[in-house]
Parts: sequence; structure tokens; C-alpha cells
Amino acid sequence: MSCFISKYADELAKNAAYIGTPGKGILAADESTGTIGKRLSSINVENIEENRRALRELLFTAPGALQYLSGVILFEETLYQKTASGKPFVDVLNEGGVLPGIKVDKGTVELNGTNGETFTQGLDGLAQRCQKYYEAGARFAKWRAVLKISANEPTELAIQENANGLAMYAAICQQCGLVPIVEPEILVDGSHGIQKCAAVTERVLAACYKALNDHHVMLEGTLLKPNMVTPGSDSPKVAPDVIAEYTVRALQRTVPAAVPAIVFLSGGQGEEEATLNLNAMNKLQTKKPWSLSFSFGRALQQSTLKTWAGKEENVKKAQDALLVRCKANSEATLGTYKGDAELCEGAAESLHVKDYKY
Amino acid sequence: MSAFVGKYAEELIKNAKYIATPGKGILAADESTGTIGKRLSSINVENIESNRQALRELLFTSPNALSCLSGVILFEETLYQKTSDGKPFVEILEENNVIPGIKVDKGTVEIAGTNGETTTQGFDSLGARCQQYYKAGARFAKWRAVLKIGPNEPSELAIQQNAQGLARYAIICQENGLVPIVEPEVLTDGPHDIKKCAAVTETVLAAVYKALNDHHVLLEGTLLKPNMVTPGSDSPKVAPEVIAQYTVTALRRTVPPAVPGIVFLSGGQSEEEATQNLDAMNKLEVLKPWTLSFSFGRALQQSTLKTWAGKKANVGKAQEAFLSRCKANSEATLGKYSGGSAGGLASESLFVKGYKY
Repeated sequence: MSCFISKYADELAKNAAYIGTPGKGILAADESTGTIGKRLSSINVENIEENRRALRELLFTAPGALQYLSGVILFEETLYQKTASGKPFVDVLNEGGVLPGIKVDKGTVELNGTNGETFTQGLDGLAQRCQKYYEAGARFAKWRAVLKISANEPTELAIQENANGLAMYAAICQQCGLVPIVEPEILVDGSHGIQKCAAVTERVLAACYKALNDHHVMLEGTLLKPNMVTPGSDSPKVAPDVIAEYTVRALQRTVPAAVPAIVFLSGGQGEEEATLNLNAMNKLQTKKPWSLSFSFGRALQQSTLKTWAGKEENVKKAQDALLVRCKANSEATLGTYKGDAELCEGAAESLHVKDYKY
Repeated sequence: MSAFVGKYAEELIKNAKYIATPGKGILAADESTGTIGKRLSSINVENIESNRQALRELLFTSPNALSCLSGVILFEETLYQKTSDGKPFVEILEENNVIPGIKVDKGTVEIAGTNGETTTQGFDSLGARCQQYYKAGARFAKWRAVLKIGPNEPSELAIQQNAQGLARYAIICQENGLVPIVEPEVLTDGPHDIKKCAAVTETVLAAVYKALNDHHVLLEGTLLKPNMVTPGSDSPKVAPEVIAQYTVTALRRTVPPAVPGIVFLSGGQSEEEATQNLDAMNKLEVLKPWTLSFSFGRALQQSTLKTWAGKKANVGKAQEAFLSRCKANSEATLGKYSGGSAGGLASESLFVKGYKY
């Protein structure tokens, strides 16, 4: 093969396929300490370990929610945390049929000489870290590369650097038994139309898959986490059907069938928006050899967070809110979402923050 | 889009999709004058225009054969030829719902400094030529790039040169209304095993699709003509199921779903071998977002040629032989080939070392 067959090959393919199970998706709960701090402060909760732990416990023990999830992405701290009664989160997830995943990148840094473009750090000692995470129970990983659209962006340099970084990360993960989620996020910021986003997304994805091939990554043991194809944040919105058409076409033109599943990021979309768009894609009658699902952070947690507001007495209601979103997105992966999820406060709210730094 | 959507976009998409119709495939009858000369001399027939015309007339007027075909690739001379009673070949094909195609490359030349690796010529006035061919009735084109497997081959230079060449050819075709068949042939010559062929094929196809994206080619309006993934010619043969598995895996890893159809070249495979391999691929229970069909030259014509032997009296029997291969391959595209149309001729290997077209 042009791909390197690691000793974990069968396991990687099996886990990647499992994550793509129709009706399931990923909860991205891997906010770094800094980022989760912003979320907590938005509901006036102090950013201390206990609160971070309490939030994640709320999410992972929400009754009925785990059945709609095939994976949860964790931040390193969370991988080693437990419930209040002492049960490791990893065990809670495994018992619920949910694969634990781990964010392994170390954020972005600017590329010299560019207009604010970035590349992603985290390759140093990555293999050793992955081995440790595998021992701790992680079975997939995530690495976020970021590109932006502007007059002269993304540049060929930024595309190449980020594609290459993703490919190296992916190859290392596979050697250590972790399914790499490949995330080349093109930010929604800007005044461009949907066609521009489509053109850039196609160009970026083509570069990613060339790099993955160059680096001998086994596609059957990977997942893709792309942006949906949408108009820029300063442009008029379009209907979910239009987003679905442009997005699926971009993927048809670039993502080989060997990739078992595509799990969209939500970017700055509101909870309901993201669900409706995902649903529209799954209703589309066209060639889709990969399953189309979700890997949502904000778009799964926003209402939950607001409902909780850091108070013990709100936990149950907050968990109900999470269940509503999980179920809605599960239906969206099957194209059966009727748009009737009871909208909790905040579900319709846009979550876009200009030039969002994770 | 990152794709160029010119005035022919819808037509290209429609024609590419039609060529990829399940149950149909392509007859590659585009042998250059030099190459057809070799075929004719193998049956002791003189390489003059009327013989070349007679052979192609035999093929295109074979009763019922055209219903198994969605396209025929022609050499330039043939595009303008007629039957003996004056009917243009292009019309016969069109009347039978077979799209005429045209070979537009001008053969290969060596890349200096490599170990016999080549690049393909044909860019000069390619746009203008495509326009002419479109006027004459052609609706798709073909351009053959060649790579070989060796200790240090294919080199990155050869891969890039050929991928870029294919992409440039493809966009020029699309600008002029012709569906480009993208053909990056990795030769079977060599003692390597099937895994090596798979690795090289995947690397080459990945480079080709990156180049097509760079050049803004509209994938929905293209077809791919790859080699099947097989052991090298000097290596032991393997079963069709094995070839099917490696080939389809390689394609799933590299060919975007937007491509409507993949039409395999037969290389040096015998008629029967090629059909069985194609059939095995279509029987494979795995998700294939493009149709898998044939674009065979030798593997459709070999028995026919021998049966004809240049004699008018043999035309009927030769046409039956041709129909038999067409039907077999049509069934193979549906995974329904039950074997048994292999006469002795059909099993003959057609491999020629270092084959020059």
C-alpha cells in the first residue's frame, strides 16, 4: 500500500467506522483550560478544576445522551478526571458505548510574513504523548488546523503548512493506535459569498488528501472534521438546502470514499442552525460514500451551559437540554430531524465570535 | 467553485455520466497509424488506409455490439472515415447511442536524466484541435500518460510531469466541450508484486487528482482510465478476486466520488483475463461511488482481428467474436459475467514488454 500499515490497522479502521455509525456523532468537550474559562465566565462560574470537572460530569452522565454519541473529545486534564463518586470519566464513556478521544494539538502560532495566517503546534514528543493517551483509554485524537479567507488568503504557504502538519500528526497517531480526526477549519469570518467558501474548501481539502497520501496515512482509519460550506459571517445567510448542496459537492470533489465518516465542526453556528444544516445534507439525494455526522462543541453545549449556570440544582434541567440537542443531531445524521426539538434558551443564538481563538 | 464551469459544463457532466452507464463501456479503437500497423502485420494485412478503414467498419457495424458500448475512441484519421457505402463512422456511432471520442495526445518522449521515464506530447494547438474534433462530432477525448515501476521509478519528476500534463490536457478539453478521459497508466512490466503496484498506483492517482484540482478541472465532467492493480508481468499471477480487492481499495483511497465512472485499460491482459477481473471488481461488496467499466483496445479486438485475418469472407465470424467480447464485458460491468465466452484466442496473453503504442 502507499499507506503504512501500523500494527493497529484493524483497530483503527474498526474504531473510525464505529464513530461514523449512523445516528451517532461526537461531542467536542476538549476546550483547553483557557477556552473553557471563557465559557465558564459567560455564566459567571469560576475557572477552577472542580468546576471544569463538574461541567464535564454533567455532560457525560446526562441520562440518555450517550446513546447518541460515538465519541467524546477530551482535553488532557479531563482524560484523567473522575465523577464525584470516583468513577473515571473514561469508564463512564466506555460503558456508554462512547469512545474517548483526546485533543493533541497545542494551539496555533502565526506564520511569519503572512497576514495573520497560522500553523498548529504540537508535534514535539507527539508519539510519546499519544502512547500515554492510548494507555489512559483514548482511541482517537484531534488536531485543529486553521485557515482564513480574505483578499489574498489562504496563501499557498498556509495551505501547505497546515496540510503537512495534519498529515504528520495523523501518521503519528496511527502508529500509536489513535484514529486521527483531520480538522482543516476554514474560518467563517469575512464578507465572501458561499461560492468563495466552496472554492477555498475544495482547494484546502485537495491539499490535505494529497498530504495524507504523501505521509502514508491509512484513510480507512481516519475521520475528517471540516467546516460546512457557508457564506462568510458578514454575508447574508442562505437556506440549509443551499449549504447542504455546496458542502456535499465540495466533499464529493475531494474526499476519497475510503474515509468512513465526516464529522462537521459547527464554527459559529447556533445549535439549531447546525442541526438543520446537517439534516439537509443527509436528506440530499446524491453520492455520499462517507457518513455525515457532527463533532460539535458549542453547538451541543450552549443551552446546557446557560441552563446549568454553575448551580447544582440546575443540573437535571441542563442535562435535559443536552439530551434535546444530542437527539436532534442524531436525527439529523439520518435526515429525519423535523426541526421540532424544544428550543431551550440560547438554541437559536448565533455562537459566532469574530476571529475566535480557541 | 474551485472548478472551471465553462459554457459546456452541463453537457460535459451529461456525457461523462452517459459514458459511465452501467452495462456499457468503451471500445478503444484509437490505435495510431504506426500501432495499427503492428496489429495488421500480425495477421499479414497491409497497413494501408482502406484496410484500416475496413477493420474499423467491421467493428462499428457488428450487429448488436454497439448496444454494449457507450463510447468509441477514434484516431484522427478514423474520425473522418466512412463505411464502404459512404456513411460517416461518426453517424453510425451516434445513431446507435455511442459517443465518438478522439485520441488527442501525440505519443510519449523520454524525460532527460531519468531512467527511461516519459512525458506525453500534444499540447501544441490542442485547444484548436479539440474545437475541430468537436465540430466533427467528438464529445470526449483521451490522453495517455505512462509511468513505470522500477527500483527508483516512478520518480517524483515523472509523476509530477505526467500529472500536470494530464491536468492541463483535461482543462483544455473541457474548455472545448470534450469530456477528458484521464489515463495515467502504470505499466505492468517488472518483477514487482501486487502490493508494490498498489502503492505506486495510489501515489500516482493522488498526484493526478491534486493536479486536476489545481487546474480547476470539473471532476463531474471527466472519466478515469487507470490500470488495474496487478502483480508485475514477471511475477506469479493472482486470482481476479485479489486483483479486484487491491484495485478497488486503491481507487477508494484516491478517486473522489464526483468522478462518475472509471474505465479500465486492459494493458497486456488477455481478453478473458480482463473481463474476469472487471467482473470480480463489480461483484465486490464494498461501496463504490463511481461505476467500474472498460475501455479496452486489445482485450476487445484480439480474437476479432485474428478471426478476420483481413479476409472479407471472415467478416461475419469476426463480428460474432467481437459481439461475444462486448457482451462479456457488458456483463462484467454488472458483476454478472458467468465466464465461458473464452475461446482459445480469448485467453491469449497480450503482454508485450515495454509496449509502445
